[in-house]
Amino acid sequence: MSTAAAQFRQDARRLTADLRHRQLIQTALGKYEVKRDENKALFQDYEGARQFAAETKWEAINHLDQYLDQFVRGLEARGTKVHWATTAQQARDLIVGIVRGKNARRIVKSKAMTAEEIHLNEALEKAGFEVVESDLGEFIVQLRNEPPYHIVFPAMHLSRGEIKDVFQKKLHDAPSDEPEELTMVARRVLRQKYLQAEVGITGANFAVADTGMISVTENEGNARLTAALPKTMITLLGIEKIVPRLEDLGLFLPMLATVGAGQLISGYNTMYGGPRQPGEADGPDEFHVVLLDHNRTAILADAEQRDALHCIRCGACLNVCPIYRNVGGHTYGTTYPGPIGGVITPHLRGLQEWKHLSYSSSLCGACTEACPVKIDLAHHLLQNRRNATRQKPSGWQKFAFKLFAPVANGRVMWMLVTKCGRIGQKLHPLLRGKPLDPAYCWTKTRDLPPIAPQSFKEWWRTRA
Amino acid sequence: MSERENIFTRIREALSVAAPGPGRHPGETRKPASLPTPADHRRVLPAVGTSFEDRVALFAKNSVELRSDFKLCQDQLELVTELKKRRDAEGWTRVASHKGPLTDAGCQALSLPVLRTDAAFDKVELEKCPVGISECDALIAQTGSVLVTSRSAGGRALSVLPPHHVVLARREQLLADLPAAFEMLKKKYGGDYPSMISFITGPSRTGDIERILVLGAHGPKKLTILCV
Repeated sequence: MSTAAAQFRQDARRLTADLRHRQLIQTALGKYEVKRDENKALFQDYEGARQFAAETKWEAINHLDQYLDQFVRGLEARGTKVHWATTAQQARDLIVGIVRGKNARRIVKSKAMTAEEIHLNEALEKAGFEVVESDLGEFIVQLRNEPPYHIVFPAMHLSRGEIKDVFQKKLHDAPSDEPEELTMVARRVLRQKYLQAEVGITGANFAVADTGMISVTENEGNARLTAALPKTMITLLGIEKIVPRLEDLGLFLPMLATVGAGQLISGYNTMYGGPRQPGEADGPDEFHVVLLDHNRTAILADAEQRDALHCIRCGACLNVCPIYRNVGGHTYGTTYPGPIGGVITPHLRGLQEWKHLSYSSSLCGACTEACPVKIDLAHHLLQNRRNATRQKPSGWQKFAFKLFAPVANGRVMWMLVTKCGRIGQKLHPLLRGKPLDPAYCWTKTRDLPPIAPQSFKEWWRTRA
Repeated sequence: MSERENIFTRIREALSVAAPGPGRHPGETRKPASLPTPADHRRVLPAVGTSFEDRVALFAKNSVELRSDFKLCQDQLELVTELKKRRDAEGWTRVASHKGPLTDAGCQALSLPVLRTDAAFDKVELEKCPVGISECDALIAQTGSVLVTSRSAGGRALSVLPPHHVVLARREQLLADLPAAFEMLKKKYGGDYPSMISFITGPSRTGDIERILVLGAHGPKKLTILCV
């Protein structure tokens, strides 16, 4: 077992038994589900919208070279500096280099999962810069020195009491544990940071090819401020964020908000096409866009799973996943948890080390159903299992199937084994749940369903 | 070779093998005939009535839900009166705004010192203003959104830094839906888009603490939309 898998097992065991954690997650996601369904119902044809979204992303990803080129030319035409990074290291070096070149000291940052992916904050801090996360949830987990728990709701696992504690400890300001008052503490602290910062860093939800713009979705206004006040703006995004045309956002913005946060549209959806233009009074003097590959081209090369690049990082598959809801976001040990994380992490970080994520799925298909761009997540998890076994076959699994094949293929053997099973289960209560139990792996936490007293054939023969 | 070329080479190599069609299983390779159009989007997105009254009613309903303060005024006189009401209720001592037919009329009537954000200004001073008054490019009934750009609404900071954002709009700016808004943008700005285009939907909000809604996370705590 890989170390990542061992860690997953250990954390999953602890968290599934943690009732307080389950309570927090169920409450948060329960509220989300109600709002999501209300807003889905507003669509005239939600399934039609999904198919359109899938077709639009398919077009973008399957002609990525053309659209990327168009996107970049549009940006450059208005004075944006575009940078390319194959690896996480290159992206970190590029951004540290830009900040150094500006002689900046303070950076304010809005939410960007891509930055988590390349561990940007650590690199910037190591280089001596102050980086402040401005999204409230990210700000809270940054104060706790934790990675985000969820790609949309970073602090979903924390109670107001825990948030009050960390504010008290780190900011020495926490009048009560009321969400309203805690939010106002963060507002006061961060307002000063926006005004002082020399550099603002954002992510992007979409890259619009035909007009050469990035699009940023948020609710708090923190990304708006990050892109308005500092003199230098840097946006880091993966090369797969492309949509072909500006008007495609008319479909994607409400889709993202509906399944991502249970809103018809998010509070602020903002498109940026360059630095401050002639005739504009404010905005950054310099706008840098860093385009990151980091193994995205490896996913692109896997035609079977290419649609994993359609992902708009809405988090809908996490929210419906029975595994995610029980083991929680940190257990995955990855930037992208849940089903989408199970699919892409093996491409990003290695199949053998991360294949266990493809097994931490009940294959119920809820993720595939929830995906607004129709990524076939459940099947991709199965394909990862197949690819992992093909690459590195498992001896005991082969042996088990060798034993199982004659039983499953021969009538007599099958009858014999099921008969024995029926007798055996009478003795089972003596051992149930004890380490001597042959089904201990299962029975230590679950009931073993009994074998039916009669087979269908027996019942058919004796029916009246 | 530059990293740009490296990445493009890998992309082209990867795309030499065809992928299954969108939203389909392996083996089903039917491709869409063409990209979905804004007319397609309109068919699947939430419905909006056809008359002006329908749009007003939907925008008003969305505003209640979003906790925006929306008022349709009969004439400019009523707009100015509404503006003064809010000035007196909140005790504004100064305002931030930009040049424009509606904002000029509004600011003049308020008779308060005005910080203009369409010329060079001090962001620290703007942060101290209790209210930012701006025009907009459109209102969108479908979502209750206000569409602003860096060119139409006094730059990037005015609509998000002061704690109260007041939008002054004309009734012909009230559009039905998102596809109509993107069509308008294309017509209005064509090949020369402003550097920022923003759909603002309600006051700044967060649910990051136990999913409990709090207004005014970083941006405005209040959003007022006066339409004349």
